[in-house]
Amino acid sequence: MRLDIGNLDVSLSGRPVLHGLSMALSPGEVVGLLGPNGAGKSTLMRAIAGLVEARGDIRFGGDDLAALSPAARARILAYLPQTRIVGWRLAVRDLVALGRIPWRRFGAPPTAEDEAIVERALILMDVAHLAERPASELSGGEQARVLAARAVAQSTPCLIADEPASGLDPAHQMMMMQALRRLAGEGRAILVSLHDLTLAARWCDRVVMLRDGRIAAEGRPEAVMDAARLAEIYGVTAHVARDEGGLILAPTGLTGAAP
Amino acid sequence: MRPLALNALLGLLALALFLASLAVGPAELGPSESVRGLLAGGSEAAAVIMREIRLPRAILGLAIGFTLGISGAVLQGFLRNPLAEPGIIGVSAMAAFGAVAAFYTGLAGSTLYALPAGALIGALLAVLLLLALAARSGSTLTLILAGVALSSLSGALTSLVLNLSPNPFASYEIIFWLLGSLKDRSIEHVWLALPLMAGGWLLIALSARAIDALSLGEEAAASLGIHMARTRLLIVVGVALGVGAATAVAGTIGFVGLVVPHLIRPLTNRLPSRLLLPAGLGGAALLLAADVAARVVLPAGELNVGVLTALIGAPFFLWLVVRSRREVF
Repeated sequence: MRLDIGNLDVSLSGRPVLHGLSMALSPGEVVGLLGPNGAGKSTLMRAIAGLVEARGDIRFGGDDLAALSPAARARILAYLPQTRIVGWRLAVRDLVALGRIPWRRFGAPPTAEDEAIVERALILMDVAHLAERPASELSGGEQARVLAARAVAQSTPCLIADEPASGLDPAHQMMMMQALRRLAGEGRAILVSLHDLTLAARWCDRVVMLRDGRIAAEGRPEAVMDAARLAEIYGVTAHVARDEGGLILAPTGLTGAAP
Repeated sequence: MRPLALNALLGLLALALFLASLAVGPAELGPSESVRGLLAGGSEAAAVIMREIRLPRAILGLAIGFTLGISGAVLQGFLRNPLAEPGIIGVSAMAAFGAVAAFYTGLAGSTLYALPAGALIGALLAVLLLLALAARSGSTLTLILAGVALSSLSGALTSLVLNLSPNPFASYEIIFWLLGSLKDRSIEHVWLALPLMAGGWLLIALSARAIDALSLGEEAAASLGIHMARTRLLIVVGVALGVGAATAVAGTIGFVGLVVPHLIRPLTNRLPSRLLLPAGLGGAALLLAADVAARVVLPAGELNVGVLTALIGAPFFLWLVVRSRREVF
């Protein structure tokens, strides 16, 4: 089922941040959300997750997400916040298992299925070897993967991830994108915000480029990510190349005009 | 340690200290005499001492300790703050002020129930103010700030009452009550406070899942389907019922709620929900132990148990502050 966002308006403390934004997210696709700082990427994601007040329509299949109970919504949509919070000294496995909360009956112990899903999430994010370690004592990049595994363990048809690759080493950045691709391959719809343009171009089926709370461009990376567009949206000059894996985009300087 | 083993161990410890509390007192009763007095009843001295003096005291020690322990555990989990304790949301300070007001107006002398009623009204007022102050924002930080403000305000009002009190004996009585004690409480106090405390425990237990999810922060918890406003209501009302009732019958007993979760947490897997029951049992054990110690250390004068817990608690708090800077929770 498709996630449809229609005519979304969001204001934060009276200041309009998103203006009549519409987009859709289909099962099986990884959609990259791009744009400069302050363009509204995080606000869009938080609005979709129901964490900020928004006017407009957010529907999954036929259901209006705003009309569902928080628990029912948590079984449709998982949200990975940009701010990484690891409370107490929870073991990695226990932390990832928190993702099962929307599926568990109150007071019931985890089922074998819960445990299997947690195990798969640990393996997918390459943190299974850390399972018994306290998450608070891991490196920043490791914590990012543990928290991503928590969102994966929520087993929702939609996953909204806010900069899951930031702070990761190059190998784990690609591993993260590969993991998201694999989840999409299982039929999930993934929306992921990114700052690394090459990563977005090579791993996303589609990119949505935001600027000042509006969609400035949308489409397949090869179709919309060119030097002129990057100059317009980010205010940077860029070297654009191509190999068999897709585009390579390297920002080389500022265009001079402030974005 | 496995959760079941931990709970069984702490339960046995609390039970042993409950029995010790029944056995200790100025009247020298032998074990068989005590048991007979407790079970058989009658009007002989042993029965009166056991049923009307020691039993209420032991029950209140158990229940109030449990309340303070579980309240501290739920607040630390909810606020994601290792320094949180039942006093932080201002309920105990407001309850104390309510009781002091009952003293001051002279109502406390007229009936047994005036003092606890004053404290409960204070606690209720605290809840209404807290929810009104913190209602507009879902943030737990607002709740802490509102609680701190409320604590300072009720502290100031209590001082004002002491200032205005008509004679030094009234002031002395107020201060002595504020120190917290389980001495000379009757079975009526038990019937008054126990149902309210049990209600508080139930509400706190219902928030177990929410405080686990809050380990990941408020946004992630909300995205896991946790209803933040409902959780806050459950916890604030639950803690206020328990701690309000505890303060109403025993005055303010500090530091049990702060210390116990920290003593118990390393023995659990550190999920906030898994700490609730052990922290309650540990709190019961600690308060019973302190109350027994208060009777044994100074048999003639008898130390106030609130003084004793603060004497142990304050140095522990300092150690905690030093340790928390290394983020080992």
